[in-house]
Amino acid sequence: MSNVTSLSVNGMRYPIDVDPEISLLAVLRDHLGLTGSKYGCGEGQCGACTVLIDGYPRRSCITKVGTIAAKQVTTIEGLHKDGRLHPVQQAFLEIGALQCGYCTSGMIVTASALLKSNLDPGEQDIVRFMEGNICRCGTYQRIIAAIRMAARMMKEVPS
Amino acid sequence: MNRDVMDSPSREPERYELDSQPMYHFELGRRDFFRVFGGGIVIACLLEKGLAVQESGRNRRGSDEGLPQDIAAWLHIGEDGGVTVYTGKVEVGQNSRTSLTQAVAEELRVSPAVIRMVMGDTDLTPFDMGTFGSRTTPTMNPQLRKAASAARNLLIDLAARTWQTDRGRLIAKDGEVRDPETRRAIAYRALAKGQKLARAISAVDPLSPAAQWTVMGKSVPKVDGKDIVTGKHIYPSDIKLSKMLHGKVLRPPSFGATPVSIDTRTAEAIPGVTVVHDGNFVGVAAPSEQAALRALTEIRVEWKSVPQPSSKELFEYLKKNAEPGEGQQDRRGQTTGSVENGLGAADQRLQATYTVAYIAHAPLEPRAAVAQWEGGKLTVWTGTQRPFGVRGELAEAFRIPEDHVRVHMPDMGSGYGGKHTGDAAVEAARLARAAGRPVRLAWTREEEFTWAYFRPAGVIEVSSGVKRDGTITAWEFHNYNSGSAGIGSPYDIPNQRIEFHATQSPLRQGSYRALAATANHFARESHMDELAHALQMNPLEFRLKNLKDSRLRAVYEAAAHKFGWGKAKSLPGQGFGIAGGFEKGGYVATCAEVSVDPSSRQVRIVRVVTAFDCGAVINPDQLRNQIEGANVMGIGGALFEAIEFENGHILNARFSHYRVPRFSDAPLIEVVLMDRKDLPSVGAGETPIVGLAPAVGNAIFDATGNRLRSLPMAPNGVKM
Repeated sequence: MSNVTSLSVNGMRYPIDVDPEISLLAVLRDHLGLTGSKYGCGEGQCGACTVLIDGYPRRSCITKVGTIAAKQVTTIEGLHKDGRLHPVQQAFLEIGALQCGYCTSGMIVTASALLKSNLDPGEQDIVRFMEGNICRCGTYQRIIAAIRMAARMMKEVPS
Repeated sequence: MNRDVMDSPSREPERYELDSQPMYHFELGRRDFFRVFGGGIVIACLLEKGLAVQESGRNRRGSDEGLPQDIAAWLHIGEDGGVTVYTGKVEVGQNSRTSLTQAVAEELRVSPAVIRMVMGDTDLTPFDMGTFGSRTTPTMNPQLRKAASAARNLLIDLAARTWQTDRGRLIAKDGEVRDPETRRAIAYRALAKGQKLARAISAVDPLSPAAQWTVMGKSVPKVDGKDIVTGKHIYPSDIKLSKMLHGKVLRPPSFGATPVSIDTRTAEAIPGVTVVHDGNFVGVAAPSEQAALRALTEIRVEWKSVPQPSSKELFEYLKKNAEPGEGQQDRRGQTTGSVENGLGAADQRLQATYTVAYIAHAPLEPRAAVAQWEGGKLTVWTGTQRPFGVRGELAEAFRIPEDHVRVHMPDMGSGYGGKHTGDAAVEAARLARAAGRPVRLAWTREEEFTWAYFRPAGVIEVSSGVKRDGTITAWEFHNYNSGSAGIGSPYDIPNQRIEFHATQSPLRQGSYRALAATANHFARESHMDELAHALQMNPLEFRLKNLKDSRLRAVYEAAAHKFGWGKAKSLPGQGFGIAGGFEKGGYVATCAEVSVDPSSRQVRIVRVVTAFDCGAVINPDQLRNQIEGANVMGIGGALFEAIEFENGHILNARFSHYRVPRFSDAPLIEVVLMDRKDLPSVGAGETPIVGLAPAVGNAIFDATGNRLRSLPMAPNGVKM
């Protein structure tokens, strides 16, 4: 298979030249300098590397870049627009839903995908959707509260 | 693998030593502060004698002139009015960057927004032994407050001189000095302009009492929160330098395995790859992580392995290998009276053994470092709780003076006591020296689970006696290997023997959030519950009957009140438990409600109430966050986390095999803050974890009648 020569991330087209077998996470971090997506486990178990691919949350550490070359990738760096934070980002700040923050990018990206399909998630909906994301600092209760707050904000001001 | 890194911070020679000259207007010795940082005002905060040894790990040299000599932190007010604070403490998710900012803002009377904290950079910040033991709040916080208070007084002096007026009528507020009578005001930046004024202070300037705090005591949001939620914050593993290579280390196939022969020729022949074989170290550096991994597979090694213990025989192993003779007496000196007499006087006697497994910290960011050599000098960016300790490790490894090594510690993806060592830093530096280019080395999750260190496993034997009325008459407590933190009982027992027994550890072990206080509280508070049930007493009343300490009584009563302790069970499988204790200056009581599914026997923690007293609260919301997080982290060790190992192999070195608490495990957590404004603030990142496991175990007993004495208690549900 020939090398991947371009990638669309956060609405920008990046020229690259990489082995299609390497992970999307490595391309984002090492080639494009987008280090907001984190390595946590390398096996799709912790969610720290979560990005949106055509709007769906995916684990970039186990996604080979060759399989998504034609798709739209959104990372944490692409969620805020024109200096305005995404409501989930805003809510994480207001609730204080983080400690070390290493899981935060993956949490926010995953939550943004949940709220795209469900603006009125109950606690169980949130738990089910977010279950694949680990926060070792244990801020789960706050993250749930932040997602609910973001949902309220998005309902009030539809983007 | 018996290397024990628990509580063994390296002792450092004195550094930043000031000449014992007059204490004011001094020069900062080797560093020309103003050349580096620009003009303005500098306040150096000095450690007092005694505290210096304790906090810095340095023994004072010779003279006994009674003058403080060690700098704990310094503070710079620039000519633009910006305030920069330099401290060797680091931010690892415990919120010290914000809480220390609050301390300076409070005493300097400025907005937190004008303060920049430089933390854990060994070239810029004063020596600090490390960020552990919940010491940042009780020690660094008041030191920075003193420095800020001194700075404020100095600014008032300068204003008084400028206006030729009595300083007593001036006040400092909102970044300026004001004269309320003349309504004049002058900004700090105007006062700092053109100055090169340095002062060293010790504990003289009075601090604002907690009742008058306006910035401390408030839920100030995390100062760098926006950088984190936008993915902009640079963690240690995000550091990138130009021409940087990626490193990988060849790990032995099992603990204790040594190479018999190593053939690196094929790997060395790969263009762009540097191979290092130096003693036991074998590693590669390559232009990408993938290329480094490929090169690693080209190294041919024949290993010789030696048999290693396995987790199946762990507890027998710990007992069998205990150091002979009596154990170390508890450092709080609780060996009093005669246990034999106490047991003789008891109406009921109880003996039980409790065990705790090895568990992994599993910080979400594995160890990572970037190392760069320039003309014999080494600069390393790495995630560690002990940047100065890592500097020492690097200097020793490469036989260079410590002032040739600079360690930067960008706020990292947590540690929980698990990142005291500089393993990745040493590895990256070794490869960088050979490659002649900067090298980044980031551990994989499997490496982190295997080659870091673990919370010690342990065996705890308790023997006790009680009278029919609930008075405890005897308490004997032997801890094998977990450690002595929190080993002393807070209950008033006339006859006690409490000992810690060192033993051989089959795995590399070290600090973990709250150290052994988690294990010791689990054993003690489970045993207290067993005694209460043996006497058919309410477990809370039984504790209070044997407890005089007013602060511990207060948290018990507060937690019980909020929880509704004493209410009848209303659901099948429901159970309530309570536990508490004292550690690192903090008092905690935890109530837990569990639900045990009658068919699957799975335990769900439904609700937790924690009451906590850590003196005057500095940031209520972030304190709640820490207490909630400690409880969630505690769930893993309480119910299901355990490192499984066999003959030198970790069997569950991945998140798919090692279960950590997730969203569905998190209960409703309610926090009661005592906020004792009359008492000094102490740390809060660790102690709240100690009540969770025993409270949950006691609740499981209440629900099922099963007494679970081994952590984790229910990895596969509660057995019948």
